[in-house]
Amino acid sequence: MSTPNKNLNENEPQNLNSVAEVEDAKLAQIHEKPKSQGRIVLERFVSHKPAMISAVILVVITVFAFSSIGWGPIPGWWGQNFYHAGAVVDGGKPTLSLVPAWLGGEGIRIGEHPFGQDSVGKDYFALVMNGTQKSIIIGVVVGLVATVLGTVIGAVAGYFRGWVDEILMRITDLFIVIPLLVLAAVLGKMAGASTGSIIILALVLGLVTWTGLARLVRGEILSLREREYVAAAQAMGSKTSRVIFKHLIPNTMGVIIVNATFAIAGAILLESSLSYLGFGVKAPESSLGLLISQYQNAFTTRPYLFWWPGMIIVTIALSVNFLGDGLRDAFDPRQIGKKRRRRAGLFALPTRKEKP
Amino acid sequence: MWKFIAKRLGSALAVLFAASLLLYVLVINSGDPLKDLRESNADNREYLMAQRVEYMNLDAPWYGRYWDWLTGASKCLIGQCDLGQNINGVEVSGLLANAASSTLRLVVLATVIAAVLGIAIGVLTAIRQYSGLDYIVTFMTFLFFSLPVFWAAVLLKEYLAISYNDWLADPQISLGSSIAIGIVVGLVLQMFLGGSLKRRGITFIAAAVFVPLVLQYSIWLNFYRYPQMGPAIIIVLTALVALSATAMSVGLKEKRVLYPALITVVLVLAMYYATFYMLLEPNAWILLFGLVLAVAIPAVVGRFMGGRLRKAAMSVSVATGVVGAGLTVVDHMFRAWPGFLDVKGRPIATIGSSTANLEGGFWDHFLDNGTQLLMPTILLAVISLASYSRYTRSSMLEVQRQDYIRTARSKGLSERTVIFRHAFRNAMIPIATIAAFDFAGLIGGAVITERVFGWKGMGEMFATGLDHVDPAPVMAFFLVTGTAAIIFNLLADIVYALLDPRIRV
Repeated sequence: MSTPNKNLNENEPQNLNSVAEVEDAKLAQIHEKPKSQGRIVLERFVSHKPAMISAVILVVITVFAFSSIGWGPIPGWWGQNFYHAGAVVDGGKPTLSLVPAWLGGEGIRIGEHPFGQDSVGKDYFALVMNGTQKSIIIGVVVGLVATVLGTVIGAVAGYFRGWVDEILMRITDLFIVIPLLVLAAVLGKMAGASTGSIIILALVLGLVTWTGLARLVRGEILSLREREYVAAAQAMGSKTSRVIFKHLIPNTMGVIIVNATFAIAGAILLESSLSYLGFGVKAPESSLGLLISQYQNAFTTRPYLFWWPGMIIVTIALSVNFLGDGLRDAFDPRQIGKKRRRRAGLFALPTRKEKP
Repeated sequence: MWKFIAKRLGSALAVLFAASLLLYVLVINSGDPLKDLRESNADNREYLMAQRVEYMNLDAPWYGRYWDWLTGASKCLIGQCDLGQNINGVEVSGLLANAASSTLRLVVLATVIAAVLGIAIGVLTAIRQYSGLDYIVTFMTFLFFSLPVFWAAVLLKEYLAISYNDWLADPQISLGSSIAIGIVVGLVLQMFLGGSLKRRGITFIAAAVFVPLVLQYSIWLNFYRYPQMGPAIIIVLTALVALSATAMSVGLKEKRVLYPALITVVLVLAMYYATFYMLLEPNAWILLFGLVLAVAIPAVVGRFMGGRLRKAAMSVSVATGVVGAGLTVVDHMFRAWPGFLDVKGRPIATIGSSTANLEGGFWDHFLDNGTQLLMPTILLAVISLASYSRYTRSSMLEVQRQDYIRTARSKGLSERTVIFRHAFRNAMIPIATIAAFDFAGLIGGAVITERVFGWKGMGEMFATGLDHVDPAPVMAFFLVTGTAAIIFNLLADIVYALLDPRIRV
């Protein structure tokens, strides 16, 4: 048997005696660094254009919302604030104009009140930015709480099977039977009544939206727990929590992350729906849903009061959804390339002629 | 199988019971039912408060009140529902009957439209993955997912209802806008039909020429105030449906399927004339009976003429018959439209599920309910359609990677057979479960739609009840939606077990 070690890096005919040696030769020719799974996913994500555009949009909106009017003790760069009522200038119309003067417009300027003013003269830009902040905070907190809760419950149910699984699944069914909006409305009313804080509302909403993720994680864990590394870990005497948190859950990260982004998008829409019905965020706090519900009748006379918060909700939800879609494509190992296959149309006649 | 159903029903009832307890306790504790009375300055404030305490049994402990409600609700199983009284002393069961009919009308129609259109779009985009159509439809799907319902409702009210009503007073379409509409329709149509560049070009040019002509002709006919569609057009359209259904399922060469379909077309013509006077003033039962006939007679024709291709012949004939019957009904609606416009000048109203005190015959009420139903249905259907098309698309893509599809193609089967007979049927299995969840979720989602459009449906009952901290209407709402959710989930599981032989029940 020849020793394959010496000549493998040169392109000479070699005496390779077995398939294994041929494969070794091929592998030795590869000069790239091996990539970890996280790296592969990241590269696929970055090459997904809509997801990258959405990520940029989200970052811009978040930075804008939090820096413009400040957050907590940190002041912002926007001169006005959202609680000072004042004189209504020019019927509250927006002073933002984008058509340059040489095209016949009023010139590009931001002006004093780019989004206009509401009925009592508060600056609408500050109001909308404040609402955006609150909506983003609620969305992220609800998404996180729902993800953590759903993952843990799903993992425990899937790993232990037996009566633990039964009980946890019945509890999940309990939360599914009551329509989401109903439960969220009731809990939101309770949370809103006790304090004005939105964090309480967000926690409460998170307690309601974990069921979808729990079912998905349970399904994944059910199939993953049969793998050999789980058996090996159990044989080595690992604690249950270690098996779950160090082996099983990291392997379900793909599903969890994708659904966490969809949960955030859903949470933002849920919160705005609740505020519209009156069971979510209440005055003096504000959120985008509350703004829309307050000004829905002004649509014909002062449409800008209605368009701005709505467009921001749509943009945020759309971007988060595209982000989630990009993540899902990045985590999916079965992606075929982007080639379009030419297939015969649906109404095409058969390709073979009839037999004579 | 029966053991499985019994077990599931048992655990479902237990879950329903526990959920009702949870909801009752939450609703009672969600606020103060006497709040508005406490803040009022009326003279008989104390008396009103005492009266309300007595109505709602506020002195009893929570388990006492829950037990009262539970015993009343379980009498539903014997047929004498006692769902309690709301905060004004009105019996909730009466309110529920009215409200449920409105909501169910809305939700069922929206689900059916969303499912049919969503599945069709999902299949189409899955077949043409990565094409221009796929990207555009994907973007629109995500857009509809991300729309807040109430925001879209206001936009819809403005542009669909108010603008349309204004336009209907004096319908005019300028030449420029008809040409623009024609070009847009041409672009969309060539994307949907696909094919080689030459075929797309022909489709585009045909649409861009045909559509403006049709629009201008319709304005000249004053079609939007005096619509007409005689038997000639009905026959042409029904024949088109017969031909395309045959072409899409087995191909035009198969006479055994084509002939029953064409016979059905002739039958539709005969029925049009036969039922003309009866349909001028029908009632709901006649229409229902007509629908049953429209399914039964073509099915019989197809079965007896179909021979080897019985099933295909039956389904094509039934499709033709139903479309023909539908077009006959539409013709009668067209005839009633001018009279309807006289009673209700601005047809698409934005509030309410029907106009109060409307005078007129059957068709006037029918058109009234229909135009009130239009906008909420469009809203709910469009949002639901997005999720259906997404799920169908991913399910079809999953199925198309399977080995049996590759085998079918390599056998030389036509693309149509591969897609419709093999891929589509297997892709539909998970959709059955999704449809179940979606229906239950839609009833809950109707809460917002009803608030926006001012419908007095179940969602409105729930919202008002919760506002007043009144448990009876909220529990009645939950009873309907919870039962619907459980039944539909059970149905979905059974259908799944029936369709997929790998699932052993």
